[in-house]
Amino acid sequence: MQLALFIIFAALAIAGALNLLLQKHPINSALSLVVVMLSLAVLYWSLGAEFLAAAQVIVYSGAIMVLFVFVIMLLNAGEEEHTTGSRAAYFAGIPGALAVFCLLSFVFLREGKALGSVGLSTAPVGAMSNIAEISQVLFTKLLLPFEVTSILILVAILGAVVLARKEEQQ
Amino acid sequence: MHLTDFQTFLLLSLLKVAVVLVITLTAVAYTVLLERKVIGRMQNRWGPSRVGPFGLLQPLADGIKLFLKEDLTPLLVERPLFLIAPIIALTCALVSIAVVPFGAITLYKGVDLFEVANVNVGLLVILGITSIGVYGIALSGWSSNNKFALLGSLRATSQMISYELALGLSLVGVVLRAGSLNLRTIVDSQSAHGALSWNIFGGLQFVAFFIYLMSAYAETNRSPFDLPEAESELVAGYHTEYSSMKFAMFFMAEYANMITVSCVATLMFFGGASSPFGHLTDFGGPIAMGLQSIFWFVFKIFAFLFLYIWVRSTLPRFRYDQLMSFGWKFLMPVAIVNIILTSLAMALHARV
Amino acid sequence: MNLTAINGEVPIAAYLILGAILFSIGIGAFLIKRNIISIFMSIELMLNAVNLTFVAFAHHWHAVSGQIFVFFVMVVAAAEAAVGLAIIIAIFRTRKTLNVDQINLMQN
Repeated sequence: MQLALFIIFAALAIAGALNLLLQKHPINSALSLVVVMLSLAVLYWSLGAEFLAAAQVIVYSGAIMVLFVFVIMLLNAGEEEHTTGSRAAYFAGIPGALAVFCLLSFVFLREGKALGSVGLSTAPVGAMSNIAEISQVLFTKLLLPFEVTSILILVAILGAVVLARKEEQQ
Repeated sequence: MHLTDFQTFLLLSLLKVAVVLVITLTAVAYTVLLERKVIGRMQNRWGPSRVGPFGLLQPLADGIKLFLKEDLTPLLVERPLFLIAPIIALTCALVSIAVVPFGAITLYKGVDLFEVANVNVGLLVILGITSIGVYGIALSGWSSNNKFALLGSLRATSQMISYELALGLSLVGVVLRAGSLNLRTIVDSQSAHGALSWNIFGGLQFVAFFIYLMSAYAETNRSPFDLPEAESELVAGYHTEYSSMKFAMFFMAEYANMITVSCVATLMFFGGASSPFGHLTDFGGPIAMGLQSIFWFVFKIFAFLFLYIWVRSTLPRFRYDQLMSFGWKFLMPVAIVNIILTSLAMALHARV
Repeated sequence: MNLTAINGEVPIAAYLILGAILFSIGIGAFLIKRNIISIFMSIELMLNAVNLTFVAFAHHWHAVSGQIFVFFVMVVAAAEAAVGLAIIIAIFRTRKTLNVDQINLMQN
């Protein structure tokens, strides 16, 4: 069951990521990224992180990506053209990405046995629900980072409003 | 033949899904009729009364009309997005019903009969699906290649994402009192003393209830917040270019959203499937108890739908800037104050 | 190859390799695409791949702090997306184009 879930949603995530790479119009890339995020949410749920799966859907795909889609619709700049820069980027980009992937997968495969495995039958059922565990740590030991992130969001709101404001007509 | 536990679970779940889907779609069709009749009576006229006795076969006639209309696809629309948008809207409207418990907990061979999926974070699932439903509206306006549709859909999208905030914050008070996000637990925490222990009365969440109600009216794009799709504004908003089947899907999605919102309101604030007389009227075995609980649940849903239609026929429409400032400058701060007061009350109560 | 699945259980290394695939596709998209918004979205893809790695390790060591770190990464990504898109809108107002090859001079 775990295996079936993993294979289906991993394939969906990889297909979405490749679609993001290959599509010419940014709105198709944005929708493929939404598909990637939703399949990642299912994978988080299968790893026991229920609250994170819900936060991924509500915050990441339901708010941040809506913002992206909004901006793409409003600016409406059309499909991208191929310039000299992009031809050269193919020669740098694809080997670079392959190199990073080979390095990472080599390390993970070497340590594969030490990492163990996940299964729905072996999922740890603790006395506290996942969200109770998270809030226990978040509001006691990590309270300062939590408050600092709220200030960070406030600063980001102010910055976004100032940057995107139309210039005053004098 | 003897089925394993997993096969029993799978079969019963499929059966539950089929039953819930059929009942929801029928309810959607008859909600349309209910709205037309009730608005008609409030305006001192009959409403549809020709087709069938009291107009009861009107949804059938409407359905036949919508399916047989010509399915027009204008030139230069982006075909894949044009086709996907109503599908996203309808799917998100129907999936939320999967985590809603309809009746008292009734186990048959270890499977809960009155809830399709008992998820530990059920409330967050509903909020997440509401967030994804925004894409249906955004993409429909964009892919129509029509300036008015794009404007209507952008207005509707920004309205929905603004009121999602107040929606979620107003439900935090309920979660604080129940101590869990599981919808069954929230319903069970309100069934102790009948109507007095419902979250709106005994739980003192009446402010949160009104915030939730107003945010839900704005989320489902219904009066008095229905600027993006009103007939006299912006042609018809984001579904201008849609006809026949796809328009029917948007239409059904709107009414299914209304039903979902009513379900969540009864679960959170009115005790879900528990009766207002509490345990005074308990009699009969599990079957009778189950049927009673379903009866109370449907009664409350019906009351909420009536309220929706009543508000639509009574109140005038908000202007767009009034709408946005109401959501951000009034509802969100009041919801936050409600959270602070609820947690203060709970902390003081726990100390005493 | 120690990626065999026993009794329908998935090895954690499989989740990590999925993260690595998504991360390298993100790097490839970052270098290849010419539209600013697409480049920005590939950054979000890379952040998501890293989040998956964090959650996989949090499950392995039964430490919930991995999940809390993902929470903070999401918050930072939200703030970054808001400010970044505001900058992109400001650039579009003056340059009228979203192609990175044409936004390479500091004028005005």
